[in-house]
Amino acid sequence: MTTPLIESPFSLDDFMAAEQQKDLLRFSTAGSVDDGKSTLIGRLLYDTRSVYEDQVRSIEGKGTTAPGQLDFALLTDGLRAEREQGITIDVAYRYFSTSRRKFIIADTPGHEQYTRNMATGSSTADATIVLIDARKGVLPQSRRHAYIASLLGVRHLLVAVNKMDLVDYSRERFLAIQSDFTTLLDQIAADTGNPVQPHFLPVSALLGDNVVHRSASMPWYTGPSLIELLESLPASRHDAAAPLRFAVQRVLRPDASFRGFAGQVASGSIRPGDSITALPSGRTARVARIATFDGDLDRAHAPLSVTLVLDREIDISRGDLLVSTSSPATITTDLEASLVWMDAHDLVPGRRYLLKHASHIVPATVTALDHRVLLEEDAHHQTLDHIPAATLSLNQIGVASLRLLRPIAVDRYRDHRLTGSFILIDPATNSTVAAGIVRSAQPIPASLAAHLATSHSGPVSPRERFLRWGHRGAILSLTGPTSIADRVERALFHDGRVTLRLNASQESSGSLAAHAASAGLLVLLHAETDSDSLTVAVANHSLTVAEEDSLTRRLETLLADAGLLHQPGLNEYEI
Amino acid sequence: MNAVSTLPETAPKLSHLRQLEAESIHILREVASEFERPVMLYSIGKDSAVMLRLAQKAFYPAPIPFPLLHIDTGFKFREMLDFRDRMARQVGAELLVWRNEPAIAAGTNPIALDTKRCCGLLKTQALLDGLRHYNFDAAFGGARRDEEKSRAKERIYSFRDSAGQWDPKNQRPELWNLYNARIHPGESIRVFPLSNWTEMDVWQYIHLENIPVVDLYFARERPMYVRGDALLPTEQSFMALPGEKPQMVRCRLRSLGCSPCTGAIRSDAATIPDIIAELISFRSSERANRVIDHDQEGSMELKKREGYF
Ligand SMILES: Nc1nc2c(ncn2[C@@H]2O[C@H](COP(=O)(O)OP(=O)(O)OP(=O)(O)O)[C@@H](O)[C@H]2O)c(=O)[nH]1
Ligand SMILES: [Mg+2]
Repeated sequence: MTTPLIESPFSLDDFMAAEQQKDLLRFSTAGSVDDGKSTLIGRLLYDTRSVYEDQVRSIEGKGTTAPGQLDFALLTDGLRAEREQGITIDVAYRYFSTSRRKFIIADTPGHEQYTRNMATGSSTADATIVLIDARKGVLPQSRRHAYIASLLGVRHLLVAVNKMDLVDYSRERFLAIQSDFTTLLDQIAADTGNPVQPHFLPVSALLGDNVVHRSASMPWYTGPSLIELLESLPASRHDAAAPLRFAVQRVLRPDASFRGFAGQVASGSIRPGDSITALPSGRTARVARIATFDGDLDRAHAPLSVTLVLDREIDISRGDLLVSTSSPATITTDLEASLVWMDAHDLVPGRRYLLKHASHIVPATVTALDHRVLLEEDAHHQTLDHIPAATLSLNQIGVASLRLLRPIAVDRYRDHRLTGSFILIDPATNSTVAAGIVRSAQPIPASLAAHLATSHSGPVSPRERFLRWGHRGAILSLTGPTSIADRVERALFHDGRVTLRLNASQESSGSLAAHAASAGLLVLLHAETDSDSLTVAVANHSLTVAEEDSLTRRLETLLADAGLLHQPGLNEYEI
Repeated sequence: MNAVSTLPETAPKLSHLRQLEAESIHILREVASEFERPVMLYSIGKDSAVMLRLAQKAFYPAPIPFPLLHIDTGFKFREMLDFRDRMARQVGAELLVWRNEPAIAAGTNPIALDTKRCCGLLKTQALLDGLRHYNFDAAFGGARRDEEKSRAKERIYSFRDSAGQWDPKNQRPELWNLYNARIHPGESIRVFPLSNWTEMDVWQYIHLENIPVVDLYFARERPMYVRGDALLPTEQSFMALPGEKPQMVRCRLRSLGCSPCTGAIRSDAATIPDIIAELISFRSSERANRVIDHDQEGSMELKKREGYF
């Protein structure tokens, strides 16, 4: 077991130097169920000698293949259910390296039910291998996956026409599929706005043709093998000239003399002396130090994790985005985004979700669904048609408008992958329900952004305020006669609520109301009308009360429905 | 407008290890900021050693903002425990130790029971009890996806229900570097900052960073029970077969676990460069010397479903 295979004398320095020269490529697999994705990855690992003998022994004589033929899919299908059903259910991450580079593989499932797991695998990929069964050609799921890969900004698609052994290694078959797929990719690029570079190759994953070794059965194919392609694609490089994006993850202040902002450079680079702007507050400072455990740096570029010390005290906290002053991100509360829906419960427009973007979470609602992208054909539509939709269901993709409760600083996804992406979380189930890709953002004026940003931070957190008052702050719009408004205020007071009554017709009552609500008060913003009843509206909930109605119970329900009686988490903002 | 057509100035090339390091630090900071009571499971092995160094880096110059928790089965090598206490002191971290005392007192061991039930009591049960006792809502573990094929399936944030169980068929989608930290009371997240590291990456990083590791990793003359290819440590007297005598063998441990279930390998690798050179020549995976993983196909997955790391 310990007989060295390497030449002696082994020089660790030479070896390490060679290792440090290797770059990194992340790729994923895609394609319809049973097209041979896992088999291909298993074959790739086996033929590059990246699997250990005990791992090979553990799959001998098992699986779906003919006697004597290893079922390579078993090397990656690591769950019992996967081995029992002969399909992949969730992403498997595998690692291997060649003399040129290191690879991180995400082998994803083809089954339609698990499309969201395919999206998980593609979101971090530089390249995706789309497999197509040579006998079946381009299937709906091949289209869906190609679309998702393009949407998620994967730049290189390696289209592997697989199972060539089952079509007599037919060149015509290969060319026909290549032509079908090329047409599809043009349509996809037109829709997503992200052109991808396709590379076609005929393979047999099972027998190893054109995976690592060139195929003797397909002399008509003179292009590179899969491994040659993978070794020659441009690696995960980061664009040093891109504008700085740095999401503050944590403020480090071990003692009074040090205050640093910990985060990862998401794009661009930074040096001491550079001017940065904190968004959404818009405050500006210069970088004094780039601090790390290994000493200060004179430059940090993506994707390094560092700690920035600034030349002056400005109010910055977790969730803020530090950007280059000359090329800031867009501050917005209104986004247009592509959504990949990932939950068994359909999207509910108007419902409140939590949007996680960079290092912070804001409540958001989908205000309108522009269209759904049709990924399957039917009698009336073609693939990629835009059809009107009232909702999105599991694995559907559409374009939506979102309204955020507080401004965030974003970029378009096609410009910045990390500051242009977000996820939506269902606050009731805590499930990740959607992946979001920013297509455009409506900018809001910096002055307003600064106000909105500061009204929610400060020395006292929403949680502390909640613990003091027993409820969250909010603006309750009261519309109706003064006599009923008085009763509402009385009833709330009686219940121990902290209220502030303002007259809606008074100038500046709006911004005062916003301040008071962010301080944790229930603001009763009253617009007097001459009717018999009064409506109390807060967030998306409302209540109508007439003169004689009893109030206490109904107000309590209203506050609960609006989420005002729910204690904020440690890092949760006002919801 | 489209980034593909123009060739941007690329940043100076960052080595694979620096990229992994940056990703891990990002994860450590997210967890420390988003959870109320995180803890780092410290198992004393090489992966824990790397994870601990990354935690120092993530929060420098501030101290590590969470405690370390060691699940002590009572069968760890003595050298491991000494090393553990020394390291905790050195980095200035709070160290908690949790043991399933009733099971230990009842004489639980892998010979008296089978390895599966022994692990269930001394590791899984102890872990779940320890996490519950301190009310931890997030626990870092040093597991890597390249270790075993059910681990290859795991998310970086691995959601566990209120019984600590993993549901591999229903994991949360995990896109980009956006982790979903939301949980209900009683539920928790296991976090694997080293998910994308390989065994080779870990040793190279230990070498580059000069990270201390337990001496058991280095080849020395040690007394062992020799049974065919297997070398069994002599720490526990119940390991001996009737009449069996230990022999001195030049050997080392490739991965550290409980002494009865961790076989040693014959080796001359006495330094980290030796270990790296040896690693290149290995034909078997690092877990091949552990008894627990392959007493049953899919046994790691089963243990993980029950709450094991
Ligand atoms: N003849 C032949 N069979 C193949 C080839 N590649 C894969 N197969 C077989 O096709 C079946 C499906 O292969 P998998 O690798 O599991 O397919 P997959 O794309 O990973 O499937 P999912 O992950 O479930 O979507 C298995 O029985 C394989 O042995 C090939 O090149 N030639
Ligand atoms: Mg598969």
